[in-house]
Order: sequence, then C-alpha cells, then structure tokens
Amino acid sequence: MIIALVFGVGLAAVLGLTAFEENLLYFYSPTQVKAGEAPVTHSFRVGGLVVEGSVKRAPDSLKIEFDVTDNTEAMTIEYTGILPDLFREGQGIVAMGNLQPDGRFVAQEVLAKHDENYMPPEVADALKAAEAAAKEKAKEAVN
Amino acid sequence: MIPELGHFALIIAFAITIVQAVVPLIGAARNDAALISMARPAALVQLLFVGLAYAALTQAFIVHDFSVLYVSQHSNLVQPLMYRISGVWGSHEGSLLLWTLILSLWTVAVAVYSRNLPDILMARVLAVMAMISIGFLAFMLFTSNPFERLFPVPLDGNELNPLLQDPGLAIHPPMLYMGYVGFSVAFAFAVAALLGGKLDATWARWSRPWTTISWSFLTMGIALGSWWAYNELGWGGWWFWDPVENASFMPWLVGTALIHSLASTEKRGVFKSWTVLLAILAFSLSLLGTFIVRSGVLVSVHAFATDPTRGVFILAFLVIVVGGSLALYAWRSDTVVSYGRFQWFSRETALLLNNIIFLTAALAVLVGTMYPLVVDAFGLGKISVGRPYFDAMFALIAIPLLLLLGFGPVIRWKGDDWKRLAKVQISIFIFSIVAGFLLPFIIEDELNLATGFGLAGALWVALTTLRDLFSRLSKNLKLPLAYLGMIIAHLGVAVFVAGVTVTMSYSEEKDLRMEPGSSYNIAGYDFHFQGVRIVQGPNYKASEAVIEVWKDGNKSGELFPQKRTYTGKSNPMTDASIDKTLFRDLYAALGEELEGGAWSMRVYYKPMIRWIWLGCIFMTIGGVLAVSDRRYRQTATAKLRKDAPETPAAANA
Repeated sequence: MIIALVFGVGLAAVLGLTAFEENLLYFYSPTQVKAGEAPVTHSFRVGGLVVEGSVKRAPDSLKIEFDVTDNTEAMTIEYTGILPDLFREGQGIVAMGNLQPDGRFVAQEVLAKHDENYMPPEVADALKAAEAAAKEKAKEAVN
Repeated sequence: MIPELGHFALIIAFAITIVQAVVPLIGAARNDAALISMARPAALVQLLFVGLAYAALTQAFIVHDFSVLYVSQHSNLVQPLMYRISGVWGSHEGSLLLWTLILSLWTVAVAVYSRNLPDILMARVLAVMAMISIGFLAFMLFTSNPFERLFPVPLDGNELNPLLQDPGLAIHPPMLYMGYVGFSVAFAFAVAALLGGKLDATWARWSRPWTTISWSFLTMGIALGSWWAYNELGWGGWWFWDPVENASFMPWLVGTALIHSLASTEKRGVFKSWTVLLAILAFSLSLLGTFIVRSGVLVSVHAFATDPTRGVFILAFLVIVVGGSLALYAWRSDTVVSYGRFQWFSRETALLLNNIIFLTAALAVLVGTMYPLVVDAFGLGKISVGRPYFDAMFALIAIPLLLLLGFGPVIRWKGDDWKRLAKVQISIFIFSIVAGFLLPFIIEDELNLATGFGLAGALWVALTTLRDLFSRLSKNLKLPLAYLGMIIAHLGVAVFVAGVTVTMSYSEEKDLRMEPGSSYNIAGYDFHFQGVRIVQGPNYKASEAVIEVWKDGNKSGELFPQKRTYTGKSNPMTDASIDKTLFRDLYAALGEELEGGAWSMRVYYKPMIRWIWLGCIFMTIGGVLAVSDRRYRQTATAKLRKDAPETPAAANA
C-alpha cells in the first residue's frame, strides 16, 4: 500500500514536471527574435504593436499577414483564422506560434486585450527595453 | 450629496468594525459579559452602514450621477437599468464594496443563525470577521474610494465594458464573492477556536454548514463564469486556464477538500488540526484570488485593473492574514488532540485520500499560475504556462479521484472489510470499463484511450452512487437530506466528467470564409449562410448574419451571430449565436467583412457541452440540500446545553 502510494506520488510528480517543462512558453520581443535569441524548435510568444498599414489579407482564404514592432525591430507574423475583436493597427498584441525553417513566424493564436487602453505587460516592457537600448546607442554615437 | 453620505457611511462602518474587532476580544479574554455582548449589535450596525454606502453608489448609477468618477467610468445614458445596477461591481472599487457588503452579510448571518453558540466563541468569531472587514474597508478608503468626485462633470459617461453586459456575468461576481467571502466564516471559526485554545469537534459542527453553503455559491459562481465565457467570448471554450479563472478554482479545490475533511472531524473527531489548516488555506486562497484579479500583475484576458499600490496593499493584507493565522496555528496546534482511531481500510482513509488528491490539484494550479509571476518578479524573463500542462495534470488527477469516488462513500467509518466491498463493486467496475471503452467504438467507430477512461470514470461514479442509493431504498433506510445532497453532488461529478469527456473528444470547429448563399458541412450539419443585415440594439448597432442549419434534409435551427459596435466604443464586439440542446450545441461567431462581400465565420459543433454546467448545477443543489438537513438545526438545539462534554459517540450522529 505504502510502496504503491510512494510510487504513485513519484510517478505523478515526474509526469507533472515533464508536462510543466514542456508547456512553458517564453516571451520574446521582435528585437530578440531578429537577434536569433528565440528557439527554433519550441513554440514561444512574441508581442508588439501592429505596424500601421502592414496588415495584408489573402483574397480567397483566411490567411493574414501583419508586422509587429517594438519600435526598434519589426517582424512578420502569419496567421490563418479569425482575429480577436481588439486586433487593430497600432494596437499591442501577443502571438503564440513557431519560427519556420525559412524564418517566417506562424502563429497558432493571436491575443489582444479586452480593455482598449490596456497594453499587454510584456509588450509594454519590450517597448521600454527597446527604447532604452536605442538611447544607449545614441549616447555611444555622440561619444 | 448622496455620494458624500455614502463615503461617510463607509468611514462610520470602518470605525464600527474596529470596535467590533477589539472590544469583544478583550471581553473574551477578561470574561466580561458586557464587552462580549457588544459583538452582535456591532455586526448589525456595520451591515447597516456598509449597506447604506452600497445603496448610495447604486443610486448614483441609477440616476446617472456622472460627477462620481466611478459612475462616469462605468456607465452612460443609454445603458439599460439592469446593467446600471450590475455596473456597481463592473470594476475594481465597486467590486470591493460588494465584497465588503457580502462580508457584512455573512457576519450578520453568523450572528443571527448561531444564537446557540457559546457567547465567548461567538464574540471571537465576529471579532475575527471584523478584522477582515477592517482590511477591506481600509483598502477602499485609502486606495480605492468608489465615491471620488469628478470635476468638471461630463455630460455622458464611458460605457461599462460591453463584454460584461450579459445576464450571466451580471450575477457571476456576486455568486463568486458569496463563495469566496463565505470561506471567511470557516476561517473565523478556526481562528476563534485556536484563540480559545479549545479545538474540539464542536467547531467543525458549527462551521460545516457555513462552509458547505459557501462552497455551493462558489461552485455556481465559477460555473456562471464559464458559461459567460462560452457565450460571450466567441471562442467556443468553457474553461481557459486563465489566471483569473484559476484564482477562483484554487479556493474551490481546497474548499472541496475542506468540506470532506470537516465531515471526518465532525463525525469522528479525526484530522482536527489538518481541517483547521485547510480552513485557513481556503480563505487565504480566496484572498490570493483577489490579489491576482485586482493587482493586474498577470497576463490575463481579465486584467481590468492596473495599479501597483493596490497590489502592495493586498499583498501586505495577505501576509498579515496568512502569516498571522499560521503563526497562531503553530503556537496553538499542539493543544489539539485527535482521539479517533481507524483502520487503514475505512471511510477516514478514503476522505484523507480525497484531501490529498484535491490539494495536489490545487498545488498543480498554483504552480502553473504563480510560477510565471515569480520568474517575472526576479527578472528572469517573461513566461507563461500553456493549457496542455493544466489539461494533462487534471486528466492525471481525475483517474485516482474518480476511482476513489466509487469506493469512498460506501466504506464504513472506523474500518471495513475490503472483501465485502470488492464483491459488490467488482461487477460495476468491470461493466464501467467495458461500456466506457465500447461506447465510443460503437458510436464513432474508433477506440480512443482518453475518451474511454473518461466515460468509464463517469459511469463508475454514477453507477456506484446510484447502487448505494437503491440499496438504502430497498432496505427502507432513512435518507437524510445530507445524504441525498451527497448523492446528487456525486452524480453531478459523473455528469460533469461525461460532458467534459465528450466535448473534448468530439467537438468540431472551423474558421471559414463564407460568401452569402454558400454552405459548409460540419459534423453532419449543413450551415447555410444567407447573408448579413444591420440590426439596431438599445445601445449598439450590429451586423447580424443569418445562418440556417440543416441536417438530413430537416431544418434543425437558425443562428444569428452578431458583430456589435457599442455607442462610445470604437472596437467591435463579437456576439456568438448558439443553438442549444441537451446533447449538442451548434455555435457560430461572426468575424469580419472580407473582400467581395464574404465574411469570416467560426462555426462549432459541441456535443454534450451542456452537461458540464448541468453537473455543476447538480453539485450546487447537493450542497444546498446538505445544509438544509434537520441535523444541523437539531444539533443546534441540543447545544443549548453549552458546555456538554464532547464524546466521539455523541459526535457520531
């Protein structure tokens, strides 16, 4: 009984940790993705502002392409399906998906926030980080 | 003027709660009857003033008093009356006021319905509840005053988030809060018992009905939230493992463990300190839930509030409540003696296993919800935990839980003969496994392991529960309401599991590009898209698609999904349309207009999804029945002999 219990708990812990490890989704900004920091084997999340005028729809399917930016770098996201109500150009969004071997990012899911004024915190941080990096660069250039 | 009175009422209520928290405790320490007797009237007056404040805010919403900042932020002139009233709890400040009002209601309910409680114990319980009130009133008065004025006064207000304008969601927060806050009663009883240093089985008997009824409210509240998400969000899902959903699910899991553990403590006097710990844990997780929802620290579709000072306040409050009660527990728990003895194969062991399983589940949710927060707090990166983790964990946890549920309720207290049970249950076990795996094979012509396990589990729980009921009926045994409540709640588990299994295994969904006049077949249903028309609502304008659904040459229904634009909002809102029957839902959500008059459209076929909420309704009814049992009223009268010695025999009612 006790051996079975210990075995059961151990097995559950191992399975649980494996499931946990496999389903951790990391967030990367477009700058990090461009710098090659994002994994090519795993799904991850990327976020930023949708670039104005970058949204392109396929004429005969639900395929859509748009760029997101952290105001330093931009990257293209491909998605097939229905976008959330709050998806708009200039709006902060988060996409979950994979990098393809040819460098395209194909999203399985696109999230926009329910509150119009609300920015996904990762996107806000990514924008701040990119801005700080740009300032740092400008300083170096002056010196 | 009235908003100022409301604000003033809150300040008075704050002063009264301080009196209610301090005076009765001093009285209890000095055994001073006059001070002790302050507790009840203070609770009543506190409710009166919190109620006045609440009425003042509601009135401001009803008469469109946009000079109140909160009202102007969350209502406008065209908003229907029902959503002006529910607008009170549409956001942060008002939700806190509702929370405090519900806490006052629970406090008074305890004061009124537990008249036969020993006076000293009652004084301590009400004082502990007042301390929680102090925290929330201070939170409101110092960081989130709902009565703050706005100058200049706007002519019209912003609108309540249109997503929240749904009858299901209008009553979802009050239900949820009834549950959350209701766990404060069990918490207060536990802390009062620890303070008194006399932790016998009596406190379990007192707090048991309160815990069960809170649990019922919480169950219904969570189910309503899930129902709302399914109806409103247009994603066709019923549970997203969103941090805010998890925030309400964790107290539910621990609360479920608590009501089962209370049963052992009340009936057999065992697991006493364990039960106290669970009571502290359940309420702490309710507070943590508030912290998660209201501080906006999480990446969540629900994060409506973003103000760190509030988060810091709640965190400090949480540390005081959890830390304080745990310290008290550490200091006092050695005075607790459990005298019940039992063999390994007994009801006690089964209930202990139940507790282990539910706590494991709560831990799994806690880790998945909090880990990203912790990682972020230490600057180690931004991560989130994907759905598959939670799904896998719960599939794993469901197996021992369902297996146990078939045995637990029929094992006798103290000890039982496993051969006796094996003889009775083995045929049901074999039948459930065979039928569970055969059913999908017959209907869908495929053998799916997960579906088989799910259906077998549901059958096993339903059949063992019904068998026990019928064996009691055939022996002409009495069926007390508490027993019937348990039976119905456990049947609810079977219904729920069947619904989840079938929905997850056989749902079909498709994102489509449809032109008017075209049709698409999904799961044997033909969706004919007729076209889109413009519809004018009370405070929105909508594009409405007309879809006829046909099956085998018969029309089975019509769907009218809408894309709404609310006055005062620039973003459109999806309003899904659902054709509902007990065995299947047909669901359509309208996307956006594409080139050439076509529309993007999402269609779903969701078999047996209704069973999920039906199961929750069963569980809720079960809880309500259990609380209505005569036993609690009888014990209450019997307890008029206040200091009657506690014996296991007497407890084994």
